Formats: sequence, structure tokens, C-alpha cells
Amino acid sequence: MNITIAVAMSGGVDSSTVAAVLAHADDGDVASQNSVVGLTLQLWDQTRLASKRGIPDAPKAGRCCSLDDVYDARKVAEHLGIPYYVVNQQERFEQDVVRPFVSEYLAGRTPIPCSLCNNHLKFDQLLQTARSIGADRIATGHYAINEYDADRSRWILKRPVDKAKDQTYFLFGLTQPQLSRTLFPLGRLTKPEVREVARQRGLALAEKPDSQEICFIPGGDYKQFLTAYLEEQGQKAPETAGELVASNGQVIGHHESISNFTVGQRKGLGVSSPSPLYVLNIDPASHRVTVGADAELATRSLRANRLNWISIPGLIAPMRVRAKIRHRHEPAWATLEPAGEDQVLATFDEPQRAVTPGQSAVFYDGDEVVGGGWIV
Amino acid sequence: MRRVYADANATTPLLPEVMEAMRPYWMEHFGNASSIHLHGQQAHTAVDRARETMAEFFNCHDAEVVFNSGGTEGDNTAIFGILHPGDHFITTSIEHSAILEAARRLARNGIETTFVAPEPSGLINPMDIRRAIRPETRLISVMLANNETGVLQPVEEIGKIASETGIFFHIDAVQGAGKVPFDVRRFGCHLLSISAHKMHGPKGIGAMFVRRGTPIEPLLVGGSHERRQRAGTENVPGIVGLAKAAELAMHSLGDGTIGRLATMRDWLEEAILRIPGTGVNGASDGEQKVPRVANTTNIWFDQLEGEALVIALDLKGVSVSGGSACHSGATEPSHVLMAMGLDKTRARASLRFSLLKAANDADIDHVLQVVPQAVEHLRALAPVAAGTLG
Repeated sequence: MNITIAVAMSGGVDSSTVAAVLAHADDGDVASQNSVVGLTLQLWDQTRLASKRGIPDAPKAGRCCSLDDVYDARKVAEHLGIPYYVVNQQERFEQDVVRPFVSEYLAGRTPIPCSLCNNHLKFDQLLQTARSIGADRIATGHYAINEYDADRSRWILKRPVDKAKDQTYFLFGLTQPQLSRTLFPLGRLTKPEVREVARQRGLALAEKPDSQEICFIPGGDYKQFLTAYLEEQGQKAPETAGELVASNGQVIGHHESISNFTVGQRKGLGVSSPSPLYVLNIDPASHRVTVGADAELATRSLRANRLNWISIPGLIAPMRVRAKIRHRHEPAWATLEPAGEDQVLATFDEPQRAVTPGQSAVFYDGDEVVGGGWIV
Repeated sequence: MRRVYADANATTPLLPEVMEAMRPYWMEHFGNASSIHLHGQQAHTAVDRARETMAEFFNCHDAEVVFNSGGTEGDNTAIFGILHPGDHFITTSIEHSAILEAARRLARNGIETTFVAPEPSGLINPMDIRRAIRPETRLISVMLANNETGVLQPVEEIGKIASETGIFFHIDAVQGAGKVPFDVRRFGCHLLSISAHKMHGPKGIGAMFVRRGTPIEPLLVGGSHERRQRAGTENVPGIVGLAKAAELAMHSLGDGTIGRLATMRDWLEEAILRIPGTGVNGASDGEQKVPRVANTTNIWFDQLEGEALVIALDLKGVSVSGGSACHSGATEPSHVLMAMGLDKTRARASLRFSLLKAANDADIDHVLQVVPQAVEHLRALAPVAAGTLG
């Protein structure tokens, strides 16, 4: 069999619909049908930390790599009559996603594991596996549009039609060679339309709820996860207790660990105050956590490094963009300018709330992803 | 597309004679072997005949044959049926998970296990078993043939050690059954487990040799089936199928089949070894070749991912196995190869070819057309430039 496309199947509605659409072209022309293989990445053993304190034994459905999801993906592949395999990438996932996730938190930053997973697993290792078995391209259920622009001789990543499902924020790290081998068949569909296609194709999981949380953290409590993971590794969390200070420098309390905080956080600060207090800054060197009023969270500019450019070969002159600084952030107008080796400075027109080191900043020109980097 | 099944150590198809032998026992002679009426007697007679065949297969008395559901049950019964809190258990680190997981559970009941590691050749050194013995050691369990490498273990020598020291000895013979002659007296074992589906019998049925006088507690309790050693209504069609498969296996051990199979395996192995950067896992101990079952070879390939190779070969019509399947169906690097001292990368880049007795030259030809090409393709792939982010 000559396989041309490998579909990354998670067992959810989106990737299952991708498999269905690619496996059986609508026009009924047999010659136009693709040879599709389904691949599921086994990334994390959901039962691995089950015995540890506070970690539930049986993860709920809808997480990546839970047995239920593999079962669902396999059922879809059987229904479609396509070959299907589970590929073990647990070691790579732990090394490239879980460990960095843990060390970022321990260093007082707020990481985005999904972007790391896309960069290291889905669009690197999976693509490699796909090519090993003869597939030129991979297709995923991400909501994004990927098109070749002959004028610019570049692959352009764009925001999808369904803006509420936009996943381009997590895809800014894709290189041109990776984009040239990637299909996002759902980019021009809305989520309700995807569910409708799934129903039409007879997929039993058409009504399966969306997954929301970080896939390897059962229950979504990252602090519990950090503790359980470090315990399993026989490591102790580094001592990062320190002072809680007001923005005027006055010490107003103490905290147990900087990993308990993220910029913009309001709950769990452990101090009382007549007006609401938010985390403004976390200093990993002094372990000092600065808190202040909501208004003080606003920042005029940010710096990002470890950059990847998509619609342009590189940034050589200032450029007007809209910058998105977290998944649920409405991109805001900014001027982007080079700021040294592999670093940019983005200056917002209007101050933005809670610019958070460890998150990524993704720059848009209209619907096009210009590129992005990691906030420092 | 031509399809070649080279994964006989995972399971085998029924032989037509086995299917025929079982056929009357589904609908016609459907009786419960415990019933006193004619239907029951028919079933009982079939089970008796099958027991005689299995006694011949093991070289034991009829009363020493216990039918069960297969290898996992046999392995579990030997362990949980013999060992009590405070006892010590000796096994090897290359056993099937039915032994290894059972040993892990023992630990919760205060029973300690010593896992003896193999030599780099895949062979267990009987002296290592002897050295592991303690005053409280009650059971030794060693496999006859390893499922991954096919290496035959020195069970007779271990049997001698067991009898000298008065320790019970169980052999997991699942992978040896039908491939090498059996003789439980010569092996010197008290217990031995086999499974029908590894030798062209049906799945879900197996048998255990239990030497008379061995104080073993049943795993399942209930009715007085199998002389109170294994409760549950006899799987009569399965038992009949197992006995037929055993009978055919005994025959094939004497008719030149095994020699022919070894020749084909050697041909396959030599041809694959012509691919640069390959080698056999568990073939030799320096100069000395180690004994293996005739149908198995386990080969490592430099610079490639075994999991991708298994998938690529499957899509080209060759069914082989690499490592062991974890709960999701993904492949874990083989614990057997790792125990032999291979690093994870090499263990992951190893494939097991295990031939059916019915394999023919055209099958080997097909495998030899597909494998070198697939290996070359995989090795030639340059990585797609990935970002350097994070």
C-alpha cells in the first residue's frame, strides 16, 4: 500500500474528522482518494503518577493518551478502514515537554507545554515516523490554515475561520520545511461544522466533549503534578520560598515557593488587602514575588527570544503587528523591532495586562502569523 | 499484495486437523464433562482422551495433567499456588510478564524474588541460579525458550540444582511447546506450563504438568474439576483442540519439519545480516553458538527506529514484532534485550522474526525483498529541519 498522508489521531472529534475526510474523498472518484494511515502518539502514561498524593487513579476521558482515547481513535480507524498504529514517544515527551515544563515552573516562569509538544513531537517526531512509513505529509486536527504563497515563496500559516478555536498561537514554531509537509484540513470549518461532518461520516464520537486542560495533568492541578513528578524522580523541589513584597518594595508577607505563582494571579497570595492584589513579577534569583493593583499589571512592551518567522524570512526593520501574549488574549497592536541576536522588542499601542515570562508572544499581520518567540 | 506472517511466537493459526477435531464438540457433543448422562459421558471421554495425549506429550501420568486457560494461568498458578509469605522465589529477568508481574505482586505479600540476569548471549547461567538460592527459597521458575530471542535455557541443569536442594521447579514452556521435544522427567521439573495457541491450537486453552505430590493451591476454586486443581467447567472443544495440536506437534518433531524450519531461518538471518549495521541478538556466546528454537531470530539494525520499521513492514505485507506491546498498543523496548545488556536505542531497533512451520521459500523471498528496501529507506531519511524553540 502506498501511504501518502499520516493523520495524527488523538481520539477526539477534530482529528477523527480529519481522518474521515481524507480517507474518503467526497467526489467518489477512487483515483482521488488518499492513502491514509492513522497514528496516535503515546506520550504519557496517565496511570504513572496515580499512586502519588492527590493524583486521581483513573483519569477522566478526553485526555491525550488515556486508554479510552486510544480506543476511540482505533475504533474510528476501523470504521474508516484505514491502517492504524500507536507510536511510543513517551521518552521524547518526557524529555522535551514534561521536564522543561517542570523546570520552567521551578524557575518562576509559566510554560506552555502544547507549543513544546508541537515543536518536538507532533511536527518533528511524528513527521519523521510518517516519512519512515512512506507518508509525505501529516495532517492534524488543529484549527489553522496553511497555504503556499508563490509570490513570497513561503508557506503561510493563517488564523482559521473559526476564531474561537484558533490554535495558531501554539503553532508559531513550525518551520517552512515542516509546514510544507503539513495539512490542517479543519482550517476553513467551524467547530459545529466539524461535528456535523463527523455525524455525516457516521463517527460515533461526533458529540464527544472537547478536551481543555494540559493533557498530562489529570485534574488540571499543576502544583500537584509538580510535587508528584518530583517525588517520583526522587528529587526535592528547590527551596524557593521568599518574600512577598508590594510594588513600593515593602515586605508584606512570605511565600513557600515561587512555583506557586504566575503573573496576573489573584488567588492564593496569602495576604489580606483592602483592594485586590495580583502577582506583578516573580524574581527567580531573589525568590521575591511582587504584588500590586490590577492597574500595575499593565505593561507597555515585551521582549521575546528563540524566534521563528513564518510569513517573513526575518525581521530587519520595525513592523506593525498585532501581538498575542497568551492563548486567550485578544491580539493587540504593537510595533515590532529587532533587539539584538535572536531577540525582538514589541511595544504595544495600549499597555497590556500580565505579560508573563515563559509564555509565547505570537505576532499577526491580519490573519497571517508573522512569527513568534518566547517572552523573557 | 502478498502477505507473510513472520510472528509465530505471538500466535499461530489453527491447523485444519485441529479445527476438524474440535468441530463436533461445539454443537453435537456439547455436554458438560461433569454430568452423569450420555452427553456428559461423551464430553468426559473426550477430555480423558485428550489428557492421555497430553500425558504422552509431557511424558507424565494422566493424573499429572491439569487443563487451564493458557500460559498466563499456568505461570500464575505455579507462583501463587506454591509460595507463601516468608518464602523466597528465584526467576529470571527475561521471563514473560505473566511471571514478572506475578512476582511483583508477591512482593506485596512479603515474598522476595531474585531476578537472575542472563549472559549477554541471552542464556541463563545455572550457576547464577544456584548462587541465588537461600534457605527460604521455595520455587525456581525459568522459561524453556525465550519468546524474543528463541534461546533455549539449560532447564535440565537447573532441574538438577532444584532436586539437589529440594526446591520446587516450574518451567514456563509456552515458547518451547511444539518446537523442541518435551520430557518433564528429563527436565526435572515439578510444574510446567504450556499454551495451545503457540503450537497451532486454539486460543484460551492450555495445560500444566503438576508432578504428583506437589503441594499446589489452586488459583480458581469452585467445583471439583481437574481433581480439585482447577475449578470451572472444562473447555471441552479447547481441550480437544489442544490435544490434537500436541499430537501434530509431536509428529512434526520427528518428520524433518524442524530441520527444514531451521534451514529457512538461517537463510533469512544470513541474508538480513548482509545489510550493513545489523547483528543477531542471542545467537552466540563469543565463539560458541547458543541453542535456539528453529523458527526464531532477533536482529538489531543500527540507526533506525524499530517501531517505524515494524509499521513500514506491515504496510508492505510483512508481519513481524519489535519489543513488547504496552497497554495502548505502542511498543516498549524489549525487557529481554535490555536484560541482555543492549541499550535502549539498540533494543528499540531490534526486530523479531518468528516463522510458522508452514513457511516456504516464497515467504522468505518476499521478506528478503521487503526488509532491505525498508531499512534503506528509513536510514536515508534526513530529518526535516525542526525549530530550535525551547
